[in-house]
Amino acid sequence: MPEVWIPKPMQARTGGKERVRVEGRTVRRLILALDQSYPGLKDALMNGDKLKPGLAVAVDGQISRLGLLQPLKEDNEVFFVPAIGGG
Amino acid sequence: MNTAQNASNEFKVLGTTPTRPDGLDKVTGRAIFADDFQLPGMLHGKILRSPHAHARIVAIDTRAAAALPGVRAVVTSADFPKVEHKLTDHGAAGMMNMGEAADNCMAKDKVFYDGHAVAAVAADSPHVAAEATRLIEVEYALLPPLMSVRAAMAEDAPAIHEEYFPGAFIMPTEKCLPNASRMQFGEGDLDQGFAEADLVLEREYTAETIHQGYIESHVTTVSWDSNDQVTVWTSTQGQFALRDHLAELIHVPISDINVVPLEIGGGFGGKERTYIDSVAAVLSKKTGRPVKIAMSRDEVFRATGPSPGAHIKLKFGVKRDGALTAADLHLAYEAGAYAGGPVFLGVLSSMSRYNAPNIRVNGFDVIVNKPTMRPYRAPGAPQALFAVEQMMDELAGELNLDPIDFRMKNLARTGDRLLPGFPLAPIDTENLLKKVKAHPHYTAPLEGPNQGRGLAYSLWFNIGEASSARMQVNPDGSVTLTTASPDLSGTRIALAMQAAEALGIAVEQVTPAVADTRSIGFSAPSVGSRTTYGTGAVVCQAAQGVLKQMRERAALLWEMDPEQVTVERGVFSNGTATLSFNEVAARMFETGGPISCETTSAPDGFIPGIAAHLVDVEVDPGTGKVDILRYTIFQDVGKAVHPDYVEGQMQGAAAQGIGMALNEEYFYDEEGRMKNASLLDYRMPTALDLPMIETVILESPNPAHPFGVRGCGEISIAPPPAAIANAIHAAVGIRLNSMPMAPRKVCAALNAQRGGGNGSD
Repeated sequence: MPEVWIPKPMQARTGGKERVRVEGRTVRRLILALDQSYPGLKDALMNGDKLKPGLAVAVDGQISRLGLLQPLKEDNEVFFVPAIGGG
Repeated sequence: MNTAQNASNEFKVLGTTPTRPDGLDKVTGRAIFADDFQLPGMLHGKILRSPHAHARIVAIDTRAAAALPGVRAVVTSADFPKVEHKLTDHGAAGMMNMGEAADNCMAKDKVFYDGHAVAAVAADSPHVAAEATRLIEVEYALLPPLMSVRAAMAEDAPAIHEEYFPGAFIMPTEKCLPNASRMQFGEGDLDQGFAEADLVLEREYTAETIHQGYIESHVTTVSWDSNDQVTVWTSTQGQFALRDHLAELIHVPISDINVVPLEIGGGFGGKERTYIDSVAAVLSKKTGRPVKIAMSRDEVFRATGPSPGAHIKLKFGVKRDGALTAADLHLAYEAGAYAGGPVFLGVLSSMSRYNAPNIRVNGFDVIVNKPTMRPYRAPGAPQALFAVEQMMDELAGELNLDPIDFRMKNLARTGDRLLPGFPLAPIDTENLLKKVKAHPHYTAPLEGPNQGRGLAYSLWFNIGEASSARMQVNPDGSVTLTTASPDLSGTRIALAMQAAEALGIAVEQVTPAVADTRSIGFSAPSVGSRTTYGTGAVVCQAAQGVLKQMRERAALLWEMDPEQVTVERGVFSNGTATLSFNEVAARMFETGGPISCETTSAPDGFIPGIAAHLVDVEVDPGTGKVDILRYTIFQDVGKAVHPDYVEGQMQGAAAQGIGMALNEEYFYDEEGRMKNASLLDYRMPTALDLPMIETVILESPNPAHPFGVRGCGEISIAPPPAAIANAIHAAVGIRLNSMPMAPRKVCAALNAQRGGGNGSD
């Protein structure tokens, strides 16, 4: 099952774990599964049916433009990272 | 310029130095910039700005102004639509609270900084408009201003806003104080890390507010016609972002707005937001005529989006062998009048190039009574590097280690985890530092007293985001390349070169253009070192679409399947016969009609770039003046598309970094009024202040781009302040923890060194 890196500010909800494995065919389903094991993560990562403003999701090091709809495979590494900008 | 490592010799166009198509018109004055633009019946707008940093607006009387002959309209916030306060996602432009953006363009109940707009006039001439603003009477009730992060974060500091959305630029923060919100990253166990250290240093640093200093001010002309179609001719880094922001500010459907980007005379991150377009639009609607507003230099300083002042505290622990064991960083950045300054990028860049097993970075976005802080070329990075790279230099000195060996010991390499937990994408960080150490500058003898050499090292990112590109093949074999990426730095030619390389034709066959928002698909602004890399990748995709169509046309002519046709360097072949690019183009109408391809795509982001700067300085102990004697930039740019313009980006960024290191700062009086809002008093470096800046271009390919290109525009603004601080220390033995390192501070520190005072600024 995919491995999720938990952002530091949210690790209090995972008992300090920075990586957890949960089922999920898409990022959205993965977050719902995360929330089952670690209540509150859905609210921390999602705003309604979207990712929280300013957050992006990266799968195996690549930022996904599909966000919550991004399909996942068993061996994917999933990161929730800040979107970045510049001047 | 020295290209130390060529990624490949396989390119025909990339790596050459053709003349940019916009160059001649720009140097001869024929190029049309926003202030050159005129329309029949055009009026001139002028904005009245608050002279107070913090005040409640009690009353505004516009009657005398409206009665002045030649005045066509006077507006205040009452004339603008009410805009809801909520966060909306604007892609590369970040998250925006459009309600605050509206308030920033025209103050409602309160003014929050010196220069905040309170009313505006449209008149027959700029002079009448200016005269009319002087006739507007505003009654203010003054409130105490908070002019620094320390004042705004103090226990007894009054709240500037009763309520606000915490920082919205790039990444949300959580409100932690009445005027501050916070984000935190980290990993490991700090206490354990410091317990394992053989040496622990704690230091504090400050930086002052600075401005991008683009030579062209903000200028816009807006026509709101009788069919409620709004057209904007302006100077912007992102016509689509401006269109979308404006639609929310003036309550017009996005499709009813067309933004036409004219030539841009510098932006550096400061022209990705709107300040005056909604004001010109409302004046145009009220008068039924087009309205131009041109900001003065004074207005640009006081009322646009400068780069934040900061207060930074560091605590680093290190083993005797040079391995970092712990790093605790506190970065408090000014947000300006509204939350959402670029602190996150300071947080991200602060330690992204080093590995520290136990680390905590707290970033604070602090509301103060200054203009809202916006990006400035690698936003947030120079302030963070000023602190961290001085700390790294000091630790290396304490441990008696070579500064490069010390950095190498803690260097982040490909695959290492960045602060948010994300792996560093492929880049040869070790090679860059080796190149610095092997360069003659690193070991060249210094020639006199009070001279010293300093180093700083930086890692920064290219963003991806959406770009659009359209490629039209013409019957004569020429190609029209249209993108929506405003050309800040020669990107038209850089994109044309990539198109020519991908199509296998000469760059002279490609004519690049930048389109308005009705003429091409959506694109994110030209920010974040993304245009040559990100839009370039999309141009390559469009080229593949064109080549696919042309293979099909060649196959038609040869009466065979397209799969049997190959194309290499612009020559189509079926194994026995060939057709050139021009020959296939010439027969497009008999083989099915026009050939064109438009592509919109969003390449990957978080693409790293790296740079190290080496600088020699001489300090005048009498005056405190610091002269730059020699300067060398080492930068990995991926494949250098146009090496001359890459070099120009490196040198330009370093020049700006040197300015912020030594001279540039906003001066405010005790009431919060800016006292140096002109380029005479705000001291930017000139050619006389700088030596020739040498460049060493490294080219480790970027796997996310078909030609290995990385963005190169921003990163080299980040190292100069720290490199110069380290050089000053090497020269005269003082550590300057306050940026800019102006002569008065150098003198104070030298005086303290001699036992004459504490040296604090």
